[in-house]
Amino acid sequence: MTTSTALIVAGAFLASAVEMVEAVTIVIGVGVVRGWRSALIGAGAATLVLAALVVVLGPALTVVPIKALRLVVGALLLAFGLQWLRKAVLRSGGYVPMHDEAEAFRREQEEAAAAASEERAGLDWYAFTVSFKGVLLEGLEVVFIVISFGSAQGKLGLAAAGAAAAVVVVVLAGVLVRGPLERVPENTLKYAVGLLLTSFGCFWGAEGAGVHWPGDELSLPVLIGFLWLVSFLLVQALRRRPVPLPSGAEA
Amino acid sequence: MTYVRAFGRFWWDFIVGDDWRVAAGVALALGLTSLLTHKGVNAWWLLPAVVALLLAGAVFRPRKA
Repeated sequence: MTTSTALIVAGAFLASAVEMVEAVTIVIGVGVVRGWRSALIGAGAATLVLAALVVVLGPALTVVPIKALRLVVGALLLAFGLQWLRKAVLRSGGYVPMHDEAEAFRREQEEAAAAASEERAGLDWYAFTVSFKGVLLEGLEVVFIVISFGSAQGKLGLAAAGAAAAVVVVVLAGVLVRGPLERVPENTLKYAVGLLLTSFGCFWGAEGAGVHWPGDELSLPVLIGFLWLVSFLLVQALRRRPVPLPSGAEA
Repeated sequence: MTYVRAFGRFWWDFIVGDDWRVAAGVALALGLTSLLTHKGVNAWWLLPAVVALLLAGAVFRPRKA
């Protein structure tokens, strides 16, 4: 397995793990209060939609010339990854609160308890729709990452397998804990995913623009190290500032 | 029309987020890299440098609460 392939699988696994922790919190929060049947059917339906997106869009992108594909995927990953990395830096620098899974779980349960009861198609409609939307929206980011990672490197199967493995691990953990997965180092994982997305975006974007990286794929770990160093210095600089910046970024 | 706008808004938020300058900077940097490589300059250093500057700018730029 080459360096870039290992990093693609790791990136898909970590991104999927982070998003699935949030999705599992929603499903368990709703399921505990409103009952499991509708919540699980909602989650299952959303998972089917996400899998269908990967199956349809992934192979469709293979007809696009690889250079053009890498340019577009690189640009999208850079714009998307820089959002993740900026939020991670602001969180680590103390300017944005860390994401609190226990608090999210409590809020989810409160809203589920307060919502009116409405039955449609034999389902508790609130539990179904909240689970469906939660899994779909969190999963869309994973699908985007899997398709972009997989198509730019021609390793869609491996990227999808990495993401699927994370789903299995997180769901199993959720079943065992039956509560918020607050012990998962979610903020650290988000930082790592932001670094990987931005680094791959930089690598593929530049390749798509015609660049030949010194050392080819070996430049990828160097790029990750460089961006980590930049983000580390930014975190240190933020921590030295006396007054936090007003920020619209959410955890 | 509302659905079309909502769909567009969703993808804009998804990809661009709350700082369009970052996405614009990425597009400009990629365009410049492409231009340089077509002129025979292997500008591998340009994109990492611009990305570092864009990240610093995005982190320190004050935002609406």
